[in-house]
Amino acid sequence: MADLQKKATRESYGEALAELGDKYENLYVFDADLAAATKTGIFKKKFPERHFDCGIAESNMMGVAAGMAATGKIPFASTFAMFAAGRAFEQVRNSIGYPHLNVKIGATHAGISVGEDGATHQCNEDIALMRTIPGMVVINPADDVEAKAAVEAAINYEGPVYMRFGRLAAPIFNDPAAYKFEIGKGITLREGKDITIVATGLMVYEAIQAAETLAAEGIDAGVINIHTIKPIDEDLIAAAAAKTGLLLTVEEHSVIGGLGSAVADVLAQRQPARLVKIGVNDEFGHSGPAVELLKQYGLCAENIVAKAKEALNK
Amino acid sequence: MDATLKKQLEITAAKIRLGIIEGVFNAKSGHPGGSLSIADLMTYLYFAKLNVYPDKPDEPQRDRFVLSKGHTAPALYSTLAEKGFFSKDELKSLRHIGALLQGHPCITIPGVDMSSGSLGQGISVACGMALSGKLTNDTYKVYTVLGDGEIEEGQVWEAAMFAAHYKLDNLVAVVDNNGLQIDGKVEDVMSPYPIAEKFEAFGWHAVACDAHDFDSIEAAFNEAETVSGQPTVIVMKSVKGKGVSFMENNVSWHGAAPNKEQYDQAVAELTAHLKELEG
Repeated sequence: MADLQKKATRESYGEALAELGDKYENLYVFDADLAAATKTGIFKKKFPERHFDCGIAESNMMGVAAGMAATGKIPFASTFAMFAAGRAFEQVRNSIGYPHLNVKIGATHAGISVGEDGATHQCNEDIALMRTIPGMVVINPADDVEAKAAVEAAINYEGPVYMRFGRLAAPIFNDPAAYKFEIGKGITLREGKDITIVATGLMVYEAIQAAETLAAEGIDAGVINIHTIKPIDEDLIAAAAAKTGLLLTVEEHSVIGGLGSAVADVLAQRQPARLVKIGVNDEFGHSGPAVELLKQYGLCAENIVAKAKEALNK
Repeated sequence: MDATLKKQLEITAAKIRLGIIEGVFNAKSGHPGGSLSIADLMTYLYFAKLNVYPDKPDEPQRDRFVLSKGHTAPALYSTLAEKGFFSKDELKSLRHIGALLQGHPCITIPGVDMSSGSLGQGISVACGMALSGKLTNDTYKVYTVLGDGEIEEGQVWEAAMFAAHYKLDNLVAVVDNNGLQIDGKVEDVMSPYPIAEKFEAFGWHAVACDAHDFDSIEAAFNEAETVSGQPTVIVMKSVKGKGVSFMENNVSWHGAAPNKEQYDQAVAELTAHLKELEG
């Protein structure tokens, strides 16, 4: 596994837009002075007439995208997660969510793996914010293959979609030939009977590694990849809860309102089971190299292993 | 403007004002002041300007209208009902539970092109619609109406910058300058003045007009038609509460419904005016 290729999902996003631009002539891309960072610049290079910079004005960008969608275009609006879900929350809610317009939000630089820029730019709240908006689909892809598939699925879905991409290069563990993406359907990556690790985004690969370590120590851990946090795959989660009775969620996001909370909702209402949540606790991030930060905040295979063993009293 | 058309518009405007009072009275809440100040503008737009089709509300090449000052939904609803997008009876259940007509414009209502009400957002959506039309050489034009208090929202100026940058000459924004907002006179609360000069500084063409004179309104929109390469703003001097004596220039009617006695008086005044017009 050590020799897996790596690519940041923001890069996958920009490449996917450029690749799909020919097939979907109705696709337009908006950015807020971050095209080089969000990677929509890749699309801009190929389709300069279909890429629009809105300047540093995210609120207006969301409204412009809404107007484009209301007149039949498929707009992608891109900026950092902090500004898409945070600064422009109310525009996304009222101008996109309420009229249920066909806007795709490509939010990059999510989570603490933003790294050196520090807390002001490390958005650990976007999943929580976006999933409260009625009718909003929330997708958090784990690698290049999944991110590209998610972009095309979003184009083919009629309605608002929030997509979360990362800055840090992530291992490409999915096989492009075999991979299938379906909005709202989780993916079982590994069966296990002792505990089920439910992961999303950058944490999915960490979960896979953790499960291997646990297996070597005699603990049979299952791994589920929840790429769509809303609508969440309730059946898959309930089935895992029934099978193992113990779930461990892992996300590069606040433990308040994200994947862990969404899974807790399913457990409470469908299939009560024990739940351990790994994520960013009720605190802000800070500056530092992404990989070191992830370790410091316990967003790594080692901590998943430790928490799983603790939960199993082993 | 042709005298016959002008007379007809004045009659229609009186009916639209009656519908506004009907809606707000039955809702027991809502915003009559700013609805009445744009009643003549709405009449001009829907009965002399916009290409819209009550029998085909979703016609792709229809002109688009976004009521950025969404709290004055009674004016939009009364106009759409008068135009035939839905029954005037709907005004009687404005804001009621289960009713078609929501407190603020909702895109699912026939004839409503965009949900609005959170101030400052409608103009951005109008920009998106205008840009969209330019990209595919559509023939429609986009019109939006903002309040003079609304332009205190920063997003309005983000949108103003955007519209000029992308040369959206198929976009006309009207600022309803009735001079009052909830907390008082706009210049006392947070002065937006000078309005025309601000938009001009952002790259817009600015025109002034009298909100209650159809010749003046028409002249402003005609001027907007001649502008190319930049969006136009029409700074429209209006009287809040126009047409109902006790509501005129009185800020307490920004967001309050008349009681039965006040309703009767308002209806009597507007009906008398209508009868006078109809001769």
